[in-house]
Amino acid sequence: MAAENRKTTSAGARLQSSERLKEVMAAHFAAILEAQRAKTAPVAWCTSVGPVELLRALGFEVYFPENHGAMLGASRIANEVMSQAHARGYSPEICSYLTSDIGAHLAGKTPLAKYGFTDVPKADVLLFNTNQCREVRDWFEFYGREWNVPVVGVTSFRGLDEVAAHHVDAVVRQLEALIPTLESVAATKLSAGRLEAAVRLSKECSDLWRDCLHTAATRPAAITFFDSTIQMGPAVVLRGTAAACDYYRVLKEELEARVAAHRGAVDAEAFRLYWDGMPVWGKLRELATLFASLRVSVVASTYCNSWVFDALDPNAPLASMARASLELFIARAERPKQRYLERMAQEFQVDGFVFHDARTCPHNSNTRFGMPQRLAAATRLPVLTLDGDLNDLRCYSEEQARTNIEGFVEQLEDRGPL
Amino acid sequence: MTAGRAPYFVGVDSGSWNTKAALIDAEAAVLATTVSRTGADLMGAATKAVAAVLGAAGLARPEVAALWATGFGRHALTFADHSRTELDAHARGVLHFAAGPLTVIDIGGQDAKIIQIDHEGRRLGHKMNRKCAAGTGSFLEEMALRLDLEIGALAANAAQFQEEIELGSFCTVFTGTEVLGLIRQGKRPADLARASYRSVVKRVLEMDRVAGKVVATGGVVAHHPMVVELLGAALQTEVVVPPYAQEMGALGVALSARAASLAASAAALP
Repeated sequence: MAAENRKTTSAGARLQSSERLKEVMAAHFAAILEAQRAKTAPVAWCTSVGPVELLRALGFEVYFPENHGAMLGASRIANEVMSQAHARGYSPEICSYLTSDIGAHLAGKTPLAKYGFTDVPKADVLLFNTNQCREVRDWFEFYGREWNVPVVGVTSFRGLDEVAAHHVDAVVRQLEALIPTLESVAATKLSAGRLEAAVRLSKECSDLWRDCLHTAATRPAAITFFDSTIQMGPAVVLRGTAAACDYYRVLKEELEARVAAHRGAVDAEAFRLYWDGMPVWGKLRELATLFASLRVSVVASTYCNSWVFDALDPNAPLASMARASLELFIARAERPKQRYLERMAQEFQVDGFVFHDARTCPHNSNTRFGMPQRLAAATRLPVLTLDGDLNDLRCYSEEQARTNIEGFVEQLEDRGPL
Repeated sequence: MTAGRAPYFVGVDSGSWNTKAALIDAEAAVLATTVSRTGADLMGAATKAVAAVLGAAGLARPEVAALWATGFGRHALTFADHSRTELDAHARGVLHFAAGPLTVIDIGGQDAKIIQIDHEGRRLGHKMNRKCAAGTGSFLEEMALRLDLEIGALAANAAQFQEEIELGSFCTVFTGTEVLGLIRQGKRPADLARASYRSVVKRVLEMDRVAGKVVATGGVVAHHPMVVELLGAALQTEVVVPPYAQEMGALGVALSARAASLAASAAALP
């Protein structure tokens, strides 16, 4: 790769691959739009860590509404529209991805307009996995009723200490039970070879994405959490396709070039932090800029690593898909979660943890059962909790967050007595 | 006549309700402090506060070696040489009067903070209240309004309490409604004023574990001694209120300015 054009923004050094990323994401949405308009392929909705490989193998164009939720948050359309969902009985206390997405549908607004959509794409089938939360099912059932189409999925185990064979078997049976409905909608039979190919591509995507994230383990970190929340797009929406793998090979090359040249994402990196919890989508740029101005790299996160599926194995497609879905951080109990955070802290050489307590996402907020306190005691690293939300900015105070973050960094700076 | 010994340092705490300023000298002696309403003009309030402390000590602005800012408005004070958060400022200010390990409980107009400091004076961590007025001065203002009292009369009124009443709501607005219901039931304003203070203390102590020596600061602490009494009773320990409790952020950031100046001077030595 050519020497990096050291173009920086106040939020840190810009990745050249981002231009390619825009093209990849545009092509993804164009394919869905085309499938919807010309009926060239059936369209399925899938939860972000759902069994997408089944859909790929059956020839669906796959749409991920959580990606839309993030776009609604980042564009701040969420706060204009979620009240419409609240008025329909979807509480402000539940997932603000759900309320912003349904609110946007009711209001006839979408950030997908730039890709030619006037509404979210209509699904022929909606496929969920409750390994992350129950809300995804309720979310999909709204649209299932709206469009009178089937809503199917996996009702998963949650809070697992260890993933045992009987857990995996139970999920495999549920995956098998989905196949007739999906085949019926797709009007084709599932081919074992195509499923293996989809799982192989998902695993390859997962490995490449993990390698990209891992470039932040070196000092200075080549990529930050804030970059990764954007760069993870293909890992979410194109898992199981060659396009995702192609993109991550490009990104990996750029990041490895940064590592070789000792170039960090943040100028003069002084401290390294771990982020647990959801991004605050509507404040992503402000937070990236604030951390960069304080010479802090947020080097790793639970969130971005949630699209790393080590268990996937094309030689055992359904069983490995089941295991991968159960081994996810969000589906685990407190003890394995803590072990994971401790391991990540060591691997990424962090100086402290930031926990985001997202008001409407208890499943991705690991602050509510004493984890920060236990982790601080176990690692002897300082911990900061930020109150906020993924999309509902009414739950976020800019000044509170700023003072909390600046005060935390001052604490890291003043490791000696005041 | 000028008191103290040059160089002089000024700290300004641009708070949500009040702007505080503190002037110290080379020996960290406090020469003057001031507290005034912030209002909508942060720069104007800070400028007046600085003028007030300089005027009290007979000094002019050019005689000040460094002026640092803290508080929610710290980034708006463009004339400041540097800024630190109020977390740092309160910790540093308290350590001027007491040695760690200790816990600082700061209760201001819009926020409350708990800051843990170790035996070497290192800040170990902090908690701030959520985006909610419960447990802050704003809550007491709201309760005074409900009880038809001036905020300045709330403490004296509460001192006349006869019955302990528990206010159960988390939210300031809901608590206001709860208080109206209790008034309808014939509860006495003095008892409800006391209950308001109990509510503030309860909300603050929910934020973090507090053990060992406790030092309380902030405008609520300075002007509402019942909060200190109730904190002590709840924690079963003496709660120390240092001098300049309300101006502690301003004093702390002035001390930071002085420490930075000393460090720079030491670094410049051959």
